[in-house]
Amino acid sequence: MQKQEPKFNLIVTASPHIGVDDHIVRRMWATFFSLIPAGIVGIYTFGIRALYVTLVAILTALIAEAVVQKFRHKEPSLLDGSAIITGLLLAYNLPPNVPLWLVVLGSFFAIVIAKHLFGGLGANIFNPALAARAFLLVSWPKYMTTWQSPRWQIDAISSATPLMLFKEKGLHKITEIGVTYKDLFLGNRLGCIGEVCIVALLIGAAYLLLKGYITWHVPITYIFTFGIFSWIFLGKGLFNGDVIFQILSGGLILGAFFMATDYVTAPITKKGKVIFGVGCGILTFVIRKWGGYPEGVSYSILMMNAATPIIDRFARPKKYGFIKKIKND
Amino acid sequence: MRDMQYKKEYTQDILIEDLALPEVVSIPISQHMGKSCQPTVKPRDRVLRGQLIGTCEKGICAPIHASISGEVVSIKNMPHSILGMCLSIQIKNDEKDEALDNKFEAKPVQEIDKLNKDELLKIIFDSGIVGMGGAAFPTHIKLNPPKKVDTFILNGAECEPYLTSDYRLMVEKTKEIILGLNLIVKILGVKSVYIAIEDNKPKAIAAFKNAIQNSQYAIRVLKTVYPQGGEKQLTQSVLGKEVPSGGLPFDIGVVVQNVATAFAIYEAAYLNKPLYERVVTVSGAILEHPKNLRVRIGTPISNLIEACGPINGQIAKVVIGGPMMGIAVSSLEVPVIKNTGGVVVFSKDQVRPKEDRVCCRCGRCIDVCPARIMPAMIGMAAEKEKWDIAKDYDVFDCIECGLCSFVCPAKRDLVHLIKYAKARAKI
Repeated sequence: MQKQEPKFNLIVTASPHIGVDDHIVRRMWATFFSLIPAGIVGIYTFGIRALYVTLVAILTALIAEAVVQKFRHKEPSLLDGSAIITGLLLAYNLPPNVPLWLVVLGSFFAIVIAKHLFGGLGANIFNPALAARAFLLVSWPKYMTTWQSPRWQIDAISSATPLMLFKEKGLHKITEIGVTYKDLFLGNRLGCIGEVCIVALLIGAAYLLLKGYITWHVPITYIFTFGIFSWIFLGKGLFNGDVIFQILSGGLILGAFFMATDYVTAPITKKGKVIFGVGCGILTFVIRKWGGYPEGVSYSILMMNAATPIIDRFARPKKYGFIKKIKND
Repeated sequence: MRDMQYKKEYTQDILIEDLALPEVVSIPISQHMGKSCQPTVKPRDRVLRGQLIGTCEKGICAPIHASISGEVVSIKNMPHSILGMCLSIQIKNDEKDEALDNKFEAKPVQEIDKLNKDELLKIIFDSGIVGMGGAAFPTHIKLNPPKKVDTFILNGAECEPYLTSDYRLMVEKTKEIILGLNLIVKILGVKSVYIAIEDNKPKAIAAFKNAIQNSQYAIRVLKTVYPQGGEKQLTQSVLGKEVPSGGLPFDIGVVVQNVATAFAIYEAAYLNKPLYERVVTVSGAILEHPKNLRVRIGTPISNLIEACGPINGQIAKVVIGGPMMGIAVSSLEVPVIKNTGGVVVFSKDQVRPKEDRVCCRCGRCIDVCPARIMPAMIGMAAEKEKWDIAKDYDVFDCIECGLCSFVCPAKRDLVHLIKYAKARAKI
């Protein structure tokens, strides 16, 4: 045998030998940071309590992730950002005055049950944060629907969110509900920690869109579909809905840009993403119109998550040189 | 591909120069798709430049020729860029570089004009010409398709990053390429002829525009998009037609040939010169003098790299071909063969890191795939050894262009998984 050349020790891999300057961990952290402005406004609006909820959610998620990874004999990957985002998104979907033990439970459920029991990163069917929120909402509905007003409003506890007023009191116009579009944009209303400030959310979403980390396919079709339906049906009579109110209140913006766009639980093809977005929009409308809850974003995304495998199966791109199969009878 | 850096600036303005002859050349008996050649020389035979040293009777095959004059020292297994190892004919240089009797001088044009299709095809076969863009399919077979064709596309896309060997040829040998093209057109008897060049090669476009005035050939300037140089992609870009899945361009009446192949056809017909040398781009950020070299077949790539030195740093990876589809070699003894368009060297920090995280289903690979299949799904199926699923996701339609791995933010080796799936799904 000939000796190896001493000068070189060459690396041999499969092609290609170059790659783009892009990394999944960087994408995760970008998503995390794009969510920060909304959190800051949330904490400013609802007080230090909201910060505790957020920190507890993230910390529990990290601990749960570490424990499960140990049990599953996986390389620990706490800093890949995935568990942190789950914790953060869960906190953003909770009322600010929720008991902290509930946060711990929810965060644990998100990581252990919704994520790892379904196969872990890349394999879970349901968005972990939303699954946890759904779990908490059906198990402790009282805590999950007790709201806190912004700090500067006097009646501190248990008023209704704009959507509850819409749903339960049948108030259709924003003027009847007692908020302005400006309030909705800036987050001067009752709601979950991360969902109230639309401006902050849109800044984060714009950053992700510009970076190409999310695409328009899910959020825009989602909001557009929902907008059309709410314009037609969510008002007094037909074609009289208050579209802007419907879009800005509740968790639609947070859900459409940050949770329905989750890579793992949304369809993988563009065609599939459009179908997913339309489905989310219709379901959100259906729940807001006829459902038992005032808000429908979480459940509609979860339901479309369940439909994702079947969407993926049929919404495939048509391959290059596709030949239509001729049936032979 | 928007995010691709083509890095052609290293060598695009450097004239083709001859590489000094090596002490020994190692000429593999298989440098093409199809059957290997049978050596027609024995150790201790003296051979001349251009002399036939291996051939085969029939089948998909192209003969091989000595690239230098000298003595056959041995016929043994040697490193090979594609096959790993291959039986190769070693010729020791006698420093005379003596050519066969005809000296490869230009023949009178009238003589060429008289040649008919079969005579031309015979010249192409005898000269051992294969597709020089990378696939190395014997040209005399490709130019004699089983179906009637009506369109010919001359492929000057050269979309692989770093490579400029075709480009330099287009700029420096425009007339010769067109003479070769004329012969191809005569052989195929086609009416529409396109010369396809990507828009990052303005000098080549200008040269061809100048050279083809008043002829029926059309120049198609294409937007620079990797992997447009693939013949199926090129057919789509030029004609707007897709080649049916599992088929070849001739199924829709199209034949595509690379500019370097057209040049080789010119040399074979006009100069009676077999394919024993070719232009190779030697490039990489750590080379002080990257070059376009005219290299004799069988020259070890270590000679090419040395000629472009000094090397600023340590070589960590050497790729034969371009960085997207090229093959990383484990030895610098690997010789240049007929389809070697480039040698690219990388330092350690340029090597694509191996991470292979789990797929996060972002769908980037599907967005960029020119075959419009779903690389992510095939990758996951391959990891679980589900070959039927891989087949269902059209693994055999993959052209292995490498864009999926290139864009993957989880740094998955999708091409590797797909190649593996192809090999296993066939059984």
